[in-house]
Amino acid sequence: MKKRIMAAALVSLCGVLGLSFATPSLAQKKDETIAGIEKYREMLGDDNPAELYEMRGEAAWKKPAGPNNVSLEKCDLGLGAGIVKGAYAQTPRYFEDAGRVMDIESRIAWCMMTVQGISEADMRKRPFGSADKPSLMEDLVTYVVTASKGFKIAPPNTHPQEKAAFELGQSIFHVRAGPYDFSCATCHGQDGKRIRLQELPNLTKAADNQRAYIGWPAYRVSTSQVHSMQWRINDCFRQQRLPEPKYMSESVNALITYMAVMATGAEYKGPALKR
Amino acid sequence: MADPMKIRAQIKGDVAEIRVLMSHPMETGQRKDSDGKIIPAHYIQTVTVALNGKNVVSGQTGGSVSRNPVFGFKVKGAKAGDKVAVTWKDNKGDSRTDEASIA
Ligand code: HEC
Repeated sequence: MKKRIMAAALVSLCGVLGLSFATPSLAQKKDETIAGIEKYREMLGDDNPAELYEMRGEAAWKKPAGPNNVSLEKCDLGLGAGIVKGAYAQTPRYFEDAGRVMDIESRIAWCMMTVQGISEADMRKRPFGSADKPSLMEDLVTYVVTASKGFKIAPPNTHPQEKAAFELGQSIFHVRAGPYDFSCATCHGQDGKRIRLQELPNLTKAADNQRAYIGWPAYRVSTSQVHSMQWRINDCFRQQRLPEPKYMSESVNALITYMAVMATGAEYKGPALKR
Repeated sequence: MADPMKIRAQIKGDVAEIRVLMSHPMETGQRKDSDGKIIPAHYIQTVTVALNGKNVVSGQTGGSVSRNPVFGFKVKGAKAGDKVAVTWKDNKGDSRTDEASIA
């Protein structure tokens, strides 16, 4: 219902813009459509309900929980125990204690298990929530990533395992599979493509990775909730018609590593507002 | 108890710009769940804003407003440090008040 209203608003916005030009060339028309979408984003832009997740996430971060009844404040997100500010911008990274490359969600989950004593089964129960019942992870991750607003994206990419994760992610990006023989690159390997009104970033290029990466996780108006990067990849596996990937699996983390490294140098903007 | 609101209140000249982000499902009463049952209406009906305890805005809202809505108000004659209190009440009788100081 709400989805339909949003779509109608978009169509009417573009309609008005289209009409104001007598005989637009195809290229002009396309630019106008994109400008219309951007105007719409700008109107939605300023106040982002992701802030509600951030507030809940901060409270959850600081509240003692789990069998050990301690908060996550001792969690080491890569910059030292207890440091949240700027930590997300330097992930994914190799963590000595875990012996593998972790994205931010994997690391938060690691802390829930090692610091709070929560079992892996419990931690994995409900990574992706709904508008009516956001998941604890969505709250926590929104809090943690928002603390990197204004920081430059800078995953280290120096440890051999970090480099291996980048390589793996890059190769998975190009592997064609599934009933339609799609790879990520089928949809995200060319400039200026769209599916309906959704622009498809060309994720083989640094500039497009930067634009995409600085707005994830994101609040989606059509689903009224924050979605994490793990969810984004999970949903693109679905669009690729692949079996659902395991949450925080090596391949999903590798894809996130690939995109983060490609986005290096961009300033993180915090959760964006998406259609 | 509903989640807290996020209130931003900033002075520009003698006008305070107040923006409030509310956490609320804003169910229209027209949607159905996966079993085909109507999801009961649940939305904010009134919003009031008080400045230092004095009512300056009161408004009515309905089910056509989106989930987690944002409202903006401009209030004349305010100054930095003034207390802003925002209250909403919904059709189930639930309500919430949050406060902020004008910066
Ligand atoms: C069938 C086409 C298709 C395939 C294959 C696909 N995606 Fe996507 N992807 C999309 C669409 C469509 C969107 C925009 C979705 C939206 O806005 O709702 C998107 C969005 C994204 C975004 C967010 C971009 C932004 O600017 O917000 C990322 C990141 C992404 N995809 C990564 C991937 C990765 C990694 C893969 C491979 C595992 C992949 N996609 C495979 C269609 C695809």
